[in-house]
Amino acid sequence: MRTTYREAVREAIREAMRADSRVFLMGEDVGRYGGAFGVSLGLLEEFGPDRIRDTPLSESAFTGAGIGAAIGGMRPIVEIMTVNFSLLALDQIMNNAATLRHMSNGQIGVPLVIRMTTGAGRQLAAQHSHSLEGWYSHIPGLRILAPATVADARGMLAPALADPDPVLIFEHGSLYNTEGELPESIPTCDISSAAIGRTGTDVTVITYGGTMPAVISAADELATLGISAEVVDLRVLRPLNDATIMQSVRKTHRAVVVDEGWRSGSLSAEVSARITEQAFFDLDAPVMRVCTEEVPIPYAKHLEEAALPRPERIVRTARELVGR
Amino acid sequence: MTRASSKRAAAAQAAEPDFVQLLTPDGQRVTHPEYSVDFSDEELRGLYRDLVTVRKLDAEATALQRQGELGIWASLLGQEAAQVGSGRALREQDMAFPTYREHGVLYCRGIDPIMPLGLFRGVDQGGWDPIANKFGIYTIVIGAQTLHATGYAMGVAKDGKVGGDEGESVIAYFGDGATSQGDVNEAFIFASVYNAPIVFFCQNNQYAISEPLTRQTRVPLYQRASGFGFPGIRVDGNDVLATFAVTRAALDNARHGNGPTLIEAYTYRMGAHTTSDDPTRYRVASEVEEWQAKDPILRLRKYLESTGLIDEAFVTEVDAYAREEAVKLRERVLTLPDPEPGEMFKHVYPNGSPEVDQQAAEFAAYHASFEGAHS
Repeated sequence: MRTTYREAVREAIREAMRADSRVFLMGEDVGRYGGAFGVSLGLLEEFGPDRIRDTPLSESAFTGAGIGAAIGGMRPIVEIMTVNFSLLALDQIMNNAATLRHMSNGQIGVPLVIRMTTGAGRQLAAQHSHSLEGWYSHIPGLRILAPATVADARGMLAPALADPDPVLIFEHGSLYNTEGELPESIPTCDISSAAIGRTGTDVTVITYGGTMPAVISAADELATLGISAEVVDLRVLRPLNDATIMQSVRKTHRAVVVDEGWRSGSLSAEVSARITEQAFFDLDAPVMRVCTEEVPIPYAKHLEEAALPRPERIVRTARELVGR
Repeated sequence: MTRASSKRAAAAQAAEPDFVQLLTPDGQRVTHPEYSVDFSDEELRGLYRDLVTVRKLDAEATALQRQGELGIWASLLGQEAAQVGSGRALREQDMAFPTYREHGVLYCRGIDPIMPLGLFRGVDQGGWDPIANKFGIYTIVIGAQTLHATGYAMGVAKDGKVGGDEGESVIAYFGDGATSQGDVNEAFIFASVYNAPIVFFCQNNQYAISEPLTRQTRVPLYQRASGFGFPGIRVDGNDVLATFAVTRAALDNARHGNGPTLIEAYTYRMGAHTTSDDPTRYRVASEVEEWQAKDPILRLRKYLESTGLIDEAFVTEVDAYAREEAVKLRERVLTLPDPEPGEMFKHVYPNGSPEVDQQAAEFAAYHASFEGAHS
């Protein structure tokens, strides 16, 4: 069945709500409007306002309320319009959701799922476009997911809701209209491993989420140059699945990390450090990174495009590594 | 919602809101025991010209966005009186902190109306000098500017610039949606306990994107002020005279050292939240029509015509003036140059930074590698 990433997320929510009366969706514009990015269109009509809850403009409040409902036995899905807005709820996410199990001597868990849109590419300027999932992956107590494919957009929500701890799902805004094939019967999805997006032998390109299309495009371009790139889709940003990364690097001996986050103090730095720690003697070249330029995301379209990791930059970096 | 509570909500909506009004939707001049205006005939005609012009310029900006010339535009359609009334009430020394929709206030501050279009075209990040023009940068983050305005007002008080007719006031603009944000409530607390010379000007346009007023509050917004310890007042935001009178009084109160006021300007967003939004998804046409009957420009026109202050020739002349301004605006917007690609590295730090400088140099080399590239 051919479907979009957006429809896949919607179907996942629909399925979860049909399967479990404890599940409900809460956030700004999720009801009548159908979500700022159209994910929840039609769900209000099917499930009613008690389970598809339009909220006031209070990110900290509806995230904190989600925590309370989760502690009380519900299985809330909180939608935050963009990752930039999640900063208003950062105290609830970091100082509360992520710590309550520890601070209660294991007595209280927070089985909460927070979905949010991340990333640039839609000309929404520096206060709606950042990629801060790397920040969140710094925090113990959270599980961080970044579905890059339609299959993961469809499959990750159920195991996230089954997780006894808070799970954050980052949906890149540029992926909602992407399409993919889904089987009629949705297979069980794991939220612990990375995946090989494409097999190759010359260089490993490690990425996740919204930069996947640029990486695939770069891999296509490299193939025409006779360079075989293996693509690792991290999928889960915390905890990182080291084994899949190292297995690939041991095969290709070269690695490029592509991340829409900024380079300094980033998730790409973490991946690079782990490769150096665990696979140093398998490397034939330094680990390289292609990230967003270290500027607030520009608003002007051509500047925004220039700031983001482009296929051309990925190709150039990979070619430098293999020397061709 | 239970049947009883939905009935109550419907009844509350149907009831005429309790607000200060000096000009009815039919253009009848009415009096208020506390608020009045004493405009000259010329000033009244000037207000009409302001309203018509800001609406026309706004419509031009919306059209430019639809034609792909602006990235996005947040229209003020329907809120002209709230913005012109409050904007003209500002004294030269007063400082305003806008959201991203205050094009009418910007106009009243005497700022070139092309400035916000340059911003939304992606030419610059806001071309006006906030200090020289006493008008802050457009704030996209909902409600954040209320705290900036409060801090600014606390600074004004600390500098001893309050306490007389020449005192300085600050006005913070925000919408009904923002009243649910923590920042706005914290701004109320700070302004209150520090007795800051500030006016909180809430344009209640009934919607926060799709969320209706009933999703933000159960009490009229202006009544919230009493819980924070300062006065709140509701004004007919489609009545430019009442909005002026109420705002001028609140600003004067602040400049004399008497602390903050919350003004709820009761109005309606006739257009979309921004050009990215489709309001037909969450509101019915009949509601929009109801508000059309309360149009801010039409009522002033009716009043001025009925008193003989303006005639058809004047109306035609103002329309022609506004149209000409809009055409000029369009022509100038189309000639605005795209920023150079390297521009994005500017203004990250005032004196550069090793990381950014290195990336800027790499980018410049990459860009220069294209045939026909200009430096």
